[in-house]
Amino acid sequence: MPRRDDLESILVIGSGPIVIGQACEFDYSGTQACRVLRQEGYRVILANSNPATIMTDPEVAHRTYIEPLDPDVLAAIIERERPDAVLPTLGGQTALNLAMSLSDRGVVGDGAVPLIGASVEAIRTAEDRERFKQAMTEIGLEVPTSGFAYSLEEALSVGDSVGYPVIVRPSFILGGQGTGIAHDREALIHLAETGLSASPITEILIESSIAGWKEFELEVMRDHIDNCVVVCSIENFDPMGVHTGDSITVAPAQTLSDVEYQEMRDDAFKCIRRIGVETGGSNIQFAVDPIDGRRVVIEMNPRVSRSSALASKATGFPIAKIAARLAVGYSLDEIANDITRKTPASFEPTIDYVVTKIPRWAFEKLPGAPAVLGTRMQSVGEVMAIGRTFPESLQKGLRSLEQGRQGLNCDPAEALLDQVDDDELVRRSAVATPERPFQLEAALRRGISVERLNEATGVDPWFLDQLALITAERERLDQLGAVGMRKADWRRAKRLGFSDAQLAHLFGVAESEVRRARMDAGVTVTFKTVDTCGAEFAASTPYHYSTYEDEDEVRSGERPKVVILGSGPNRIGQGIEFDYCCVHASFALRDAGFETVMINCNPETVSTDYDTSDRLYFEPLTHEDVLNVLEAEARTAPGGKLEGVIVSLGGQTPLKLAAGLPAGLVLGTSPESIDLAEDRERWSALCVRLGIPQPPGGTAATVDEARAVADRVGYPVLVRPSYVLGGRAMEIVYDAESLTRAMSEMAAAGSLGREGGLSAERPVLVDRFLEDAIEVDVDAIRDATGEVLIGGVMEHVEEAGVHSGDSACVIPPPTLAHAVIERLSDHTRAIAEALQVKGLVNVQYAVKDDQVYVIEANPRASRTVPFVAKATGVPLAKVAARVMVGATLEQLRTEGLLSPPAVGDHVSVKEAVLPFNRFPDVDTVLGPEMRSTGEVMGIDSTFGLAFAKSQIAAGSRLPASGCVFFSLADRDKAGGAAVAIRFAELGFSIVATSGTAAFLEEHGVRVEAVVDKVGDPVPSAGRTDAIELIAGGKIQLVVNTPQGRGPRADGAYIRTTASVHQVPCLTTVAAARAAAGGIADWGRHPLSVRSLQEFHQEGQLRLPV
Amino acid sequence: MSGMAQPPVAPVRLPRRAPAPAPEPALLVLADGAVFEGEAAGARPPGGVATGELVFNTVMSGYQEVITDPSYAGQVIAFTYPHIGNYGMTPADQESPRPFCRGVIVRDLAVRPSSWRSSESVGDFLTRYGVPAMTGVDTRRLTRHIREAGAMPCAFGTASESELARAAAAEPGTDGVDMVATVTTDQPYRAGSGPLRVVAYDFGIKRTILDQLGQIATVEVVPASTPAGEVLERSPDGVFLSNGPGDPSAVGYATAAIRGLLDVVPVFGICLGHQLLAGALGARTFKLPFGHHGGNHPVRRSSGGAVEITSQNHSYAVTEDSLSGAEITHVNLNDGVIEGIRAKGIAAFSVQYHPEAGPGPHDARYLFEDFRQLMEAHR
Ligand SMILES: Nc1ncnc2c1ncn2[C@@H]1O[C@H](COP(=O)(O)OP(=O)(O)O)[C@@H](O)[C@H]1O
Ligand SMILES: Nc1ncnc2c1ncn2[C@@H]1O[C@H](COP(=O)(O)OP(=O)(O)O)[C@@H](O)[C@H]1O
Ligand SMILES: [Mg+2]
Ligand SMILES: [Mg+2]
Repeated sequence: MPRRDDLESILVIGSGPIVIGQACEFDYSGTQACRVLRQEGYRVILANSNPATIMTDPEVAHRTYIEPLDPDVLAAIIERERPDAVLPTLGGQTALNLAMSLSDRGVVGDGAVPLIGASVEAIRTAEDRERFKQAMTEIGLEVPTSGFAYSLEEALSVGDSVGYPVIVRPSFILGGQGTGIAHDREALIHLAETGLSASPITEILIESSIAGWKEFELEVMRDHIDNCVVVCSIENFDPMGVHTGDSITVAPAQTLSDVEYQEMRDDAFKCIRRIGVETGGSNIQFAVDPIDGRRVVIEMNPRVSRSSALASKATGFPIAKIAARLAVGYSLDEIANDITRKTPASFEPTIDYVVTKIPRWAFEKLPGAPAVLGTRMQSVGEVMAIGRTFPESLQKGLRSLEQGRQGLNCDPAEALLDQVDDDELVRRSAVATPERPFQLEAALRRGISVERLNEATGVDPWFLDQLALITAERERLDQLGAVGMRKADWRRAKRLGFSDAQLAHLFGVAESEVRRARMDAGVTVTFKTVDTCGAEFAASTPYHYSTYEDEDEVRSGERPKVVILGSGPNRIGQGIEFDYCCVHASFALRDAGFETVMINCNPETVSTDYDTSDRLYFEPLTHEDVLNVLEAEARTAPGGKLEGVIVSLGGQTPLKLAAGLPAGLVLGTSPESIDLAEDRERWSALCVRLGIPQPPGGTAATVDEARAVADRVGYPVLVRPSYVLGGRAMEIVYDAESLTRAMSEMAAAGSLGREGGLSAERPVLVDRFLEDAIEVDVDAIRDATGEVLIGGVMEHVEEAGVHSGDSACVIPPPTLAHAVIERLSDHTRAIAEALQVKGLVNVQYAVKDDQVYVIEANPRASRTVPFVAKATGVPLAKVAARVMVGATLEQLRTEGLLSPPAVGDHVSVKEAVLPFNRFPDVDTVLGPEMRSTGEVMGIDSTFGLAFAKSQIAAGSRLPASGCVFFSLADRDKAGGAAVAIRFAELGFSIVATSGTAAFLEEHGVRVEAVVDKVGDPVPSAGRTDAIELIAGGKIQLVVNTPQGRGPRADGAYIRTTASVHQVPCLTTVAAARAAAGGIADWGRHPLSVRSLQEFHQEGQLRLPV
Repeated sequence: MSGMAQPPVAPVRLPRRAPAPAPEPALLVLADGAVFEGEAAGARPPGGVATGELVFNTVMSGYQEVITDPSYAGQVIAFTYPHIGNYGMTPADQESPRPFCRGVIVRDLAVRPSSWRSSESVGDFLTRYGVPAMTGVDTRRLTRHIREAGAMPCAFGTASESELARAAAAEPGTDGVDMVATVTTDQPYRAGSGPLRVVAYDFGIKRTILDQLGQIATVEVVPASTPAGEVLERSPDGVFLSNGPGDPSAVGYATAAIRGLLDVVPVFGICLGHQLLAGALGARTFKLPFGHHGGNHPVRRSSGGAVEITSQNHSYAVTEDSLSGAEITHVNLNDGVIEGIRAKGIAAFSVQYHPEAGPGPHDARYLFEDFRQLMEAHR
């Protein structure tokens, strides 16, 4: 049966902000789905609160609701749009859970708006671990012995009966939140408590632990006539016990004989049929006992997932796209395989390469969180690498991570393990951490046996032996030395994935020399094609990866080529926003007649969808790998040369590569200007020349220099390294000795050391810290003629000192005077002119008593570009891309790409989403080091309403009434009192810690109760302590501003307790003020939802003519 | 940015074990002169020259079943999946007592297999049975070459390029050659213990097929040359025509025998058996440019339209227009090739692909049940 004609409009639910366990893979799948449904002629309605997504671009769906993903809001959208069906299987766990609560309210499901893709029943059976286990047992599939518990008592009795060690896993959760392995009763008590509170239905599964077994995943698709296929099999390098999302995973499965694989395949089909996923993709996880092959089912996700995105990129089989078609009635054989074009989608891809996914963590940004991996996911991003063999793909993957490693050791950073003795090395590798692969290689290099390492880690001997091949080759090369290298030796080395940088380290020569010698020996890179069929059929999609073979498959092109360097793995400070910009550049340039070439290594993104650009290279973003692509593309370009390379849209990653690129290739702002903006000395000089005030400060490479600067400008000062993003290692220091500590921390090795450490070339910036200043972000575009377009002026809610990426910001500025906004614009124009910007520039200011200071300028795409585009309707990234290749703003206006901003009467608020709920040991206070993983947007007619929406969207719904708890730092007390009064007026009762309480009462605030801090030495008699109140649900909102820093500084307990018990916690007075305003407006107005298209249209109409 | 920036640092020297010995280079030369570099593995052929008809197979798991499938007699198998031998070799997975293929070409041969089932590495196995192999080959280039130029004779080994080129040119290939004679059993034997009686022609029968048949019948396996009369004397409930190597047109004696069985007992054929049945029904066969060799081929069932993912291994196929005596029951969705037929008015059917699945998906195992029902109906 082809397309369903009984449907006209379909509501697609997105996955909301980027959080750990749910990243941009759902933008990739959701965007594909919306596009397909649109092509199929349906009216597509989209709900997603994340403005940084491609799917929320106004042209992707007919009606785009950037609204909180909350049952009330969804109900209102459904009420307003009356869709014929709701598609919940492409928005991750968020969309599934929403669908469930909507069906509980009778808004969707039987008798209401039908769900397509997966039924309520199917979702329930798959997601509720109890029903799931029953279902599996019914069809004869084995599951680990276990029992369910709804209270601590039950938990313990189950634990005792199942036998320790046990794993605790809450139902209806994502990313393993609240899961863990307990080796005894004590541990179980702790885990059970967190687990029960993590589960929306307070149900936990307690299961006998099979940590150490092999872990596998199958990506399965099923259509409505019951055709089933396996798209991809995935084997985890890290055995059971490490969350799949935190494991190095490999496709296809490597160590299963066909007999075992086919049985697993049969089980997967039984599972998807029993669960009743009528159409679409599902992901089924298995564990296999290495001793006897015994196989158990772990879980099934009845939706597209992180793994299905990986599987799609790994095989070229676009699961989400096809799932969407299946959902509207097609069967697999009615859909063409768009890579071969000739063959149908009803087949199982076969690949002739190995794909390795490696997670990237952010422990360095989360002091207090131990860097130990377990059953709850903690990684913030991932890379994927393709090679003809596992060693090649592993080494490519490791250097894709951009964490200072150039492969599997054989680089300067490997020295970190030299001092560790053998037994200690084995002991360390036994604990799953981000360092494990490097520890294993080091151990093998010392002659420690595969058996012993397999014993210690459970990593399969095949994988370990593959590492040993890399080690053995390294030693062979080491003996040969640079001079001894013949062609065959170079070829063997490159085929095992060694980077030129590794060989340079091994031979003690420069990377450039290695490259030259290798090329002279005639060993050059070749590019192969991802074609779903192991070359059995001709492929029409230029989706390439590099390897060292005989034959290169890159075809020549006719149109001028622009290469776009992507932003690599998601990390805190550099996420989806930059991928959004790269994707927009690709779209805009393709429309303008260029052939676009994308280089990136992040499997979650839209940029690595082979549909996005004319050509896709799935490659590490390193000097060597990028050069290889540029050469291959130049060779096949008209006239043998490229139009240019775009380095300014992918964040720091491509910028760092700019310097090493062939001269003249970089499009847009010149690398010199970029450097000028980063180089403190020259930048300051420039500001002086332009007469733009800066916070007084200076640079320092040593403690003494730093102290000198601080003494000159006065405390508090802000110290930060240069050439970093996301406020890496930044700190506000209030006195000399904390300055000394901060400096030594920066000089220390560790992650920052890897990023370059301290030196005269990379000094520390020491600035006067402006207290209680309003921070403002300005995004602008300057073209070659010198015209400057002010894209957006964003006033931050939190004061300067909270990283721009972590503070909420507002368009249009709610409090800034018109004159100030004018001055900000003028400064921005002057800076853009002085830097000879050609494309985007982002300038950050701090405004204090109407005095405007410039904090920094980044002549590149900023994190806020997508937000501005959604708020104003101006496609900044597209415009910038065109400007970089020579178009003028005037031309783009006449062309229609650039129209005036939609300055309607709507207010847009961007709020940051922080990962604290996953890191209970980390202080939630905000500072100059960015820690948010994602963002949401709230749009409405007033600032208050928009802010309230942004809070709901970010997962901390503001209370309508109840009790507010205040605990303020001295410098915040004055401002805090005003806010407390506001809350009192709104009918909230107020409680506070002693000092704060005294101050509030002086200023006429009625304080219900005075509360002890945990920090207080001796709890005074008769007083309750803050923790009890919060844990006891007596507090609806916490306002707690920090007294100094440090993970266990005073107040940290209050904040962490709040985040654990999901009580909204505001750590700045500014945010509290905004919250009060939001609550006030929210109470006064009924909930109203409106689509982006309407807001933009509205805005256009309101323009002065 | 990678290494360039910082000045090179000399790495610490750690106690070193003897590095792996440099492997023995080898060449693969095709009949059309194309040359591929690699390293010698498996058995060392006399004079450093091995020859055969080169075909590729796209399975990602199941190399053991492929290598030991008698249908590959006379052929050199190139695997498109780069890592071969990861989980070793397992006696239980043999498709026949010994490999009949003439060689194995891979990108990477696992030195150390890892599986609780494994008893031996692929390299040792091949050496033990005198099968030469080559590793380190750009098998993707090789596959693309065959895809364009078609399956062809080849020679590989440690000999010089010119010697290998001469050997490749001299290699006859399998067209018109009776390869069946080289693999069929010389004595009849029994297998299985099912209730029915089936006589199975051994044109190169796979163990998995016997396992499947053995569940529904007691199977008497007879040599390929057995005349119809002798088969009927065993008064079977049905006759099975097995898979096997090479060109169906070279096995005329079998076609003749089958004519003598049609309309007397129910007949079920697989792969070569399918081609021979078609031949007995008057149809012709043709050689595919590079054949179907893999475990992921979509086949549509004419009745109901369901799609099966099938395991396939055939270089020849039945020509549609020549097929008057039978109706088409299965079609390959990739290229429209006939994958299954049912004789009109006669109790006989066959499939071109491998429902027994060794290796491959189990989607089509229902066909053995169909055979059982057909036999029951004609008892
Ligand atoms: N019984 C078990 N014993 C040991 N580890 C387990 C067990 N069950 C699950 N795990 C580990 O926990 C991880 C998360 O479990 P899973 O059910 O997949 O939760 P999620 O829904 O977060 O993916 C798995 O990837 C696996 O590594
Ligand atoms: N002199 C200053 N006074 C107050 N806050 C500052 C000052 N300089 C920087 N900040 C704060 O630190 C944050 C990070 O600084 P910034 O230079 O923007 O780092 P990044 O390059 O990582 O964005 C800014 O967003 C701002 O909130
Ligand atoms: Mg899971
Ligand atoms: Mg900044």
